[in-house]
Amino acid sequence: MPPTDRELHDREVPQGHPLDPAGRVVLGPEEIARALRRIAHEILESNKGAEDLILLGIPSRGVTLAHRLAELIADVEGTEVPVGSLDITLHRDDLRDNPTRTPMRTRIPATGVDDKVVVLVDDVLYSGRSVRAALDALADLGRPRAVRLAVLVDRGHRELPIRADHVGKNLPTAHTEKVQVRLQVHDGVEDTVRIAHGQTHVGGR
Amino acid sequence: MVRHLLSAADLTRDDALAILETARSMHDVQRREVKKLPALRGRTVINLFFEDSTRTRSSFEIAGKWMSADTINITGKGSSASKGESLRDTVLTITAMAVDALVIRHGASGACHQVAEWLDEAGVGASVLNAGDGTHEHPTQALLDAYTMTQRLGDLAGRTVVIVGDLTHSRVFRSNVLLLRTLGADVTVVAPPTLMPSGIGPWAETDGFTLSNDLDETLYAGPAPDVVMMLRVQRERMSGGFFPTPREYTVGYGLTRPRLDRLRTANENVLVMHPGPMNRGLEISAEAADSLSSVILDQVSAGVAIRMAALYHLLVGTGPSQEGVGDEKRDTTDATAGRNDESEGAA
Repeated sequence: MPPTDRELHDREVPQGHPLDPAGRVVLGPEEIARALRRIAHEILESNKGAEDLILLGIPSRGVTLAHRLAELIADVEGTEVPVGSLDITLHRDDLRDNPTRTPMRTRIPATGVDDKVVVLVDDVLYSGRSVRAALDALADLGRPRAVRLAVLVDRGHRELPIRADHVGKNLPTAHTEKVQVRLQVHDGVEDTVRIAHGQTHVGGR
Repeated sequence: MVRHLLSAADLTRDDALAILETARSMHDVQRREVKKLPALRGRTVINLFFEDSTRTRSSFEIAGKWMSADTINITGKGSSASKGESLRDTVLTITAMAVDALVIRHGASGACHQVAEWLDEAGVGASVLNAGDGTHEHPTQALLDAYTMTQRLGDLAGRTVVIVGDLTHSRVFRSNVLLLRTLGADVTVVAPPTLMPSGIGPWAETDGFTLSNDLDETLYAGPAPDVVMMLRVQRERMSGGFFPTPREYTVGYGLTRPRLDRLRTANENVLVMHPGPMNRGLEISAEAADSLSSVILDQVSAGVAIRMAALYHLLVGTGPSQEGVGDEKRDTTDATAGRNDESEGAA
């Protein structure tokens, strides 16, 4: 059973470990809306229209963002762009070193991805390893004509030769910091991007 | 998650739900053109089958291959006199080649527990998966049955399942009862008195399931069940005096057409299941097996997905997912803690 918003919130802020007071909001609802609107326009511009476009969100917030982008594109172009989700759990390169994760569903629009322009959508771009996994997962589903990457936040610290085509906001961060994205549809709280210091419990780097 | 899957009782409710959820993703993969996932790349899975099997062995082999593990099949007829000793030698020889998992089917009840014990004593890290041991257990069958039910019914808590047939010799029945009780379903098992296992009474009391010798009373006296699972009658056992004639068995305990019709009148969404292979006309009529209520082929198709999910949860990762631990690790990649919360929540 999916956790309630309340549970998600509680997990994020464990008892006795309040968010770092230095944690600050870097994007509010209006900024996020503006960034997404710009990304939607950029996608249409670089694709010269909405033809053959498919938006694939990386679960879970990437999927929410992909749906938001599709709505914005529909507003501009009057075209419904197919939206899907692409789970990357089974393609991760750190499966061995982590507790077992239950994969989430991959849903590909009925048109398939062959010869389409696939835009991968994620909330935060960091090491680039999730995107690498997504590219591998996508390769098993077909052969898109092109694959592009749209992210709400690029926080730097890439570990692989990967870059985003469309970025909502570049946020310079330290490794010790944590970028938290919250979306109304998904989390039941106001759209926010916040930078906080790393979690205070158990290990971590 | 446990390291070995020997009994359906090894799984907690959360473990079982995680496997069922994972199997849904695996089932999607099964419909794709490229049926390959890299999650078990570099792992070796040995299928060690001392008893004949078509569907279980082939589905384990396909499951391993689709997860990118190297799978090797070994079949052996258990020798009569020195069976125990040779089994130990066999498994220790195989595991000396640094394999990651042993999928074992054996005619002796408890063989898989014994093998797991030997491996643990010898400090061998391989996982053991029970693919059927004697008349004892067959946990992956129970998982795929539960998966088939959840596909149609959603959450199984409070659902009613009736299991009918040769309970004495059925490993499918034992694993199913254990898992269904873990998942919160109400279970009634029906058999003629001669096919009720001895000592089942105390077990039924402990685990909270119901016993019955009267199929019609079970099906029609109360609210109609959600699932009726028929078990195979093994024709070779008929000389053992368990019931007088096949005809008499069918009249008392077979899912005949009139029985199914009456059942469907009470609950048109009733599911008819059978672990196969079926004896049409004995425990299940051809009409019932081929009716709209039958999900028997769904069970077969779920077999590969469930075994992929079971291999994944037993062989991948460092242990059960825990909040906090995952958050930190996850942050070293480009994920936010929030996504990790979500993926755990889905489990």
